[in-house]
Formats: sequence, C-alpha cells, structure tokens
Amino acid sequence: MAQSLKGTKIKVHDMSLRDGMHPKRHQITIEQMKSIAKGLDDSGVPLIEVTHGDGLGGASVNYGFPAATDEQYLRAVIPLLKRAKVSALLLPGIGTVDHLKMAADCGVTTIRVATHCTEADVSEQHIALGRKMGLDTVGFLMMAHMIEPDLLVQQAKLMESYGANCIYATDSAGYMLPEDVTARIAALRAALKPETELGFHGHHNLSLGVSNSIAAVAAGARRIDCACGGMGAGAGNTPLEVFIAVCNRMGIETGVDVFKISDVAEDLVTPILDFPVRIDRNSLTLGYAGVYSSFLLFARRAEQKYGIPAREILLELGRQKMVGGQEDMIEDTALTMARERGLLKSAGAA
Amino acid sequence: MSRKIKCAIIGPGNIGTDLLYKLRRSKVLEPVWMVGVDPTSEGLARAREYGLKTTDKGVDGLLPHVKADGVQIAFDATSAYVHKQNSDKLNALAVMMIDLTPAAIGPYCVPPINLMEHAGKREMNVNMVTCGGQATIPMVYAVSRVQKVKYAEIIATVASKSVGPGTRKNIDEFTRTTAGAVSKIGGADEGKAIIVINPAEPPLIMRDTIHCLTVDAPKQKEIEQSVRDMVAEVQTYVPGYQLVNGPVFDGNRVTSFMQVAGLGDFLPTYAGNLDIMTAAATRTAEMFAEEILAGRLQLQPVAA
Repeated sequence: MAQSLKGTKIKVHDMSLRDGMHPKRHQITIEQMKSIAKGLDDSGVPLIEVTHGDGLGGASVNYGFPAATDEQYLRAVIPLLKRAKVSALLLPGIGTVDHLKMAADCGVTTIRVATHCTEADVSEQHIALGRKMGLDTVGFLMMAHMIEPDLLVQQAKLMESYGANCIYATDSAGYMLPEDVTARIAALRAALKPETELGFHGHHNLSLGVSNSIAAVAAGARRIDCACGGMGAGAGNTPLEVFIAVCNRMGIETGVDVFKISDVAEDLVTPILDFPVRIDRNSLTLGYAGVYSSFLLFARRAEQKYGIPAREILLELGRQKMVGGQEDMIEDTALTMARERGLLKSAGAA
Repeated sequence: MSRKIKCAIIGPGNIGTDLLYKLRRSKVLEPVWMVGVDPTSEGLARAREYGLKTTDKGVDGLLPHVKADGVQIAFDATSAYVHKQNSDKLNALAVMMIDLTPAAIGPYCVPPINLMEHAGKREMNVNMVTCGGQATIPMVYAVSRVQKVKYAEIIATVASKSVGPGTRKNIDEFTRTTAGAVSKIGGADEGKAIIVINPAEPPLIMRDTIHCLTVDAPKQKEIEQSVRDMVAEVQTYVPGYQLVNGPVFDGNRVTSFMQVAGLGDFLPTYAGNLDIMTAAATRTAEMFAEEILAGRLQLQPVAA
C-alpha cells in the first residue's frame, strides 16, 4: 500500500444480525439478537443492521419466514443499546415505503436502499422518503462486480440525486479482487460529491473480505460492512474481529475493541451457528463464478431434493446471470437440470 | 364484413402501440382513434399510418368526436394520475373504459377468472391489475378453486428493458396492487408480491413463480388438472404462457414456475409482461364487444 492509512477514521457496520440471518435461515431468536447486539454495543461497534436477511418485508416463502417480524426484532434491540445505532435494509420490489416508515418509527437512524447495480432508478421513492424523514440514507448497489466502474458511477449518481448521503459498492457474490474494489471506489470518489460518503460490503467467498475492505478504505471508503464471527451469506461477510485487528495494526481508527469483539464472536455468535460459515466447495463457487451469496443454502437444499450437486446448480445460475432476489429460480433450475438428466420421478411439467 | 365495435386508445407509447397491433387483428374490435399529448409522438404518427384519427390534445381532443365516430370502448395506457379524469369524461359519453394503469378505480379484471362476471354486471370501468398480476393470479385461482389457500405469493422477474420509467418511479404500487389482487381475485386469504428486475443480455423472457400454501394437504391430482386447464385457458389469448416446472408439492406448498413469452407484435417477445397486459385488455374488450354486438349489452352514459 503506497500511502499510509494511519489515522484514517472509519465506521464499521455490523451485519451479523441481518446478512447473518441467511446462514441461520432467518431463525435467529429475539433473545439471541438482544445478547449479540449488546455485545456489539459494548465492544464499540457504532452501527448494527437488524432485519430479515433479504431486508424489510423479506418474510416470504421465497426467502424464508423468520423467527420474528422485523418490527419485533427492531423493537427488542434498539432500546437496549447505549451507543450503537441501528440500520435497516430495504430492497425495492420486496419491501415498500410502508416498511421504511415502520422501521423509522421503531427508531432506526439509517435506512439502506438496495438495488441491483444497474437498476438504481427503482430506489427513488424510498431514498427520497428516507432523506425527507431525516434518516442517514444509503444507496446500496448490489452485485457491483457485474458492471464496469464508469457504469457504476452513473447508477450511484442517480441514488445521490434522489438524496442518498452515502453510496455502497456491494460485492454480493464475494467475487471482486482488491484491484476491482480499488477501481470502483476510486471512480465513485472521483465522481460523487465530496460530502457523499462511500462504503464497501464484502463477502469472504475468496477469502478476500479483509483485504478488499482495506483496499476500499485506501480508495476512499469510510464505511465498511463486516459481520461479527464472520456471519453472513455464502462464506460470510468480512469477519469483523479480524478486520478490526488489521485496522489496529495499520493505524486505521474504528473505535472497536479487538478483544471484546473477538469475545462476542467466540462466546455469542459461534455457538448459535447451525454449521460453520466458511469457505467450502459451494461458497467458493459463489466467489469464483460471481453468484449471489444468499443462493447458497437454497442450492444445497435443491441438491438434497433433486440430486443435482449444489455447485452445478450455482454455476448454471451464474451462467444465466441471475441477480439477487431470484431465489425462486434455484428450485426451478434444479428441476430443469434433473429432468434433463432423467432424475425426475414426478412433478414435471409437460 | 361483420360489424365491429369502435375503440380509442389513450397513450401512444409502447403499450398503446402494441395494443393497436392486437386490436387491428380482432374480429369484433376496430381501433379508430389514438390519443396523445405530444404532437411529435412517434406513436401518433404510426397510428396515422394505420389509418387512425389522432389528437395530441389528450382526451379532450377526442371527446367532440366520440359520438360521430361511434367510439364505444376506450383503453387507457397513460398513468394512474390522469386516469380518473379520462374515465369520467368518457363514461359520461357512454364509452366503456379499460384501465391499463395502476389507478384501479374500477374492479380488477383477470379474464379467465372474472371477465364473464364483469360483462354480466355491465361494468363501465375495469382495471387490468398489473403485468405480474395477469401472469400469476390465474395460477393462484387454479389452486384456490380446488381447495382453500391461506397464503399465496408471487415472484415476477422481468427484463430490465421491459420496465418503463413509470413503474420504476413507483415500484411499491406494483407490489401493493399485485399483492391485493392475488388475494382478492386469486382467492387466497393473504397475498404477497415480489418483483425482480434482471438486466441480462439478451433479455430474459418474463418468469413468474407462484407459491400457494394450502390449509389442508394439497389434492395433488385435482390441482395438477386444474393448473393444466388454466394454462390452456390463458394460452387462448397469450400463446406464449407456459408452465416450465411444477406444480411442485412440498408439504402444503404448491409451486408453479411459469414463463411468459409475448407475441412480438410491437414489443419484443421477451416482454411477455407487457404483452400479457395488452392481450388481456384486448380479450376483455372483445368480450364486452361480443355482448354489445349480440344486443345483450347497451352502454349507458354515467354521470361523473
């Protein structure tokens, strides 16, 4: 790294209670949420996201019904926190402004409006309302590896024009290499207003969560999404405690206590996992082929049910350029592949 | 030549123009007016080439000609904001209105489910719900007519190129309206709708997934037959309506995976989402026209 980042102040944003809902099939209990959120708060984490894994209104057959409603989670967690603030995620097409208003009423200070990286113009009504309500309003461009930096800039400018005060380049597939992150964040930094903050959201599918996040900081990002204990879809988000340790070594200031946060990871997060969230042949495939990380568990279940290896399903979804939200196409694709291979007993269309 | 019912199309954009192509093929409908607001509109020029009269003064430009030209059915392919005004003005002249906007001031119409009922009730304004609604509600109904559905959820995935600026500016309207109609017309106790926009090139053909949660264990044989019958029914006006996979039975979940290819009239075939709207609107108008031609229906002016 050419320039020293010593003294750079950044804000880490914990994802364990939102993106971390994916490996838990949205079944984190309210008590678990409360204990982890308190641990994060005590460790100095300034911002915590709490929502269904697919954002407000994500409760569905398609993405999974959660253990509690978004409102129940938010109302349970927010009053407990001494310093930390809470954010909610909203994907237009899934959630609506009604959900946004509910979340604001619960006391979230940040609303993050997420679209596929080429479809920023569906976020206008939600971003405009978030800003009007005085919320910290973030435009979250998902699967940002799929377009070139100049095109990403165009989409970011739309979100900025609607009122977003922070723009994220989101590596939903955990596909980006550090140079891809640098190119995108640098292009955004050069093109957006100086007062517009930049953020990066990584997935650890190629084990690059930490190094990509450092590259983002070096290129001008000041908000970094991480998840305590490496929770999150696919092989998880950038592991928070590891990122904090690296920031400490580099002199990047986060305000988070590395030992306290590693205790939260080990004592509170790890014990609730149903399986180790880590790089295996399937999560590796996500990062290798550029596939939306939340597809992982659906592909595993389709493997169980239809006998097609999850890796092959994921590769096919990538080949068909599926985007976030198309979880329904996983069973559909597995069915079609199973029929082609003569594995289908029934449930076949003509 | 047999008599045809004369129609006006309001809104010379993609939807209005595709509608024009479909109406020109109809045995009982004849498009005679295209209404716009922009004198330089390509859609108006194209309509003139096909021999339609046009105005760039909005519905007010059409009103003085309604009687002389015998217009009895109008299609509104503009926006929710102006629909009520358009409808009131034309209803007052006894012109029946088919609403392709999300305004939904009249009852929802999904042809294979309730078109007959609307024609019987002589409705003067019917609403075509949304593209996702037209593509999925028949499949919800195919299950709910067999047994009680406590929850139905639809996921519509459409090509980025087929989603216009109006839908993008108010995508919540799509999710809300569709969810409401999934429940009300589809016959589920509760409805949910999700829309996903995919920018892949070449553009993907519209895909729709319909999940129903039944109260009791699904009657598989009956549902399979009902789904097949319903697909055939929709295919009478949208030949590219196809069951790709399913129905899948998983506990009390019944899931159908659809693909909707358009006819490729004015809009490309991948835009099945737009085609199913114009096809359903045409089918609806034809039913009303048949009733008028048979002397069973006489449209009456409605005071606004």
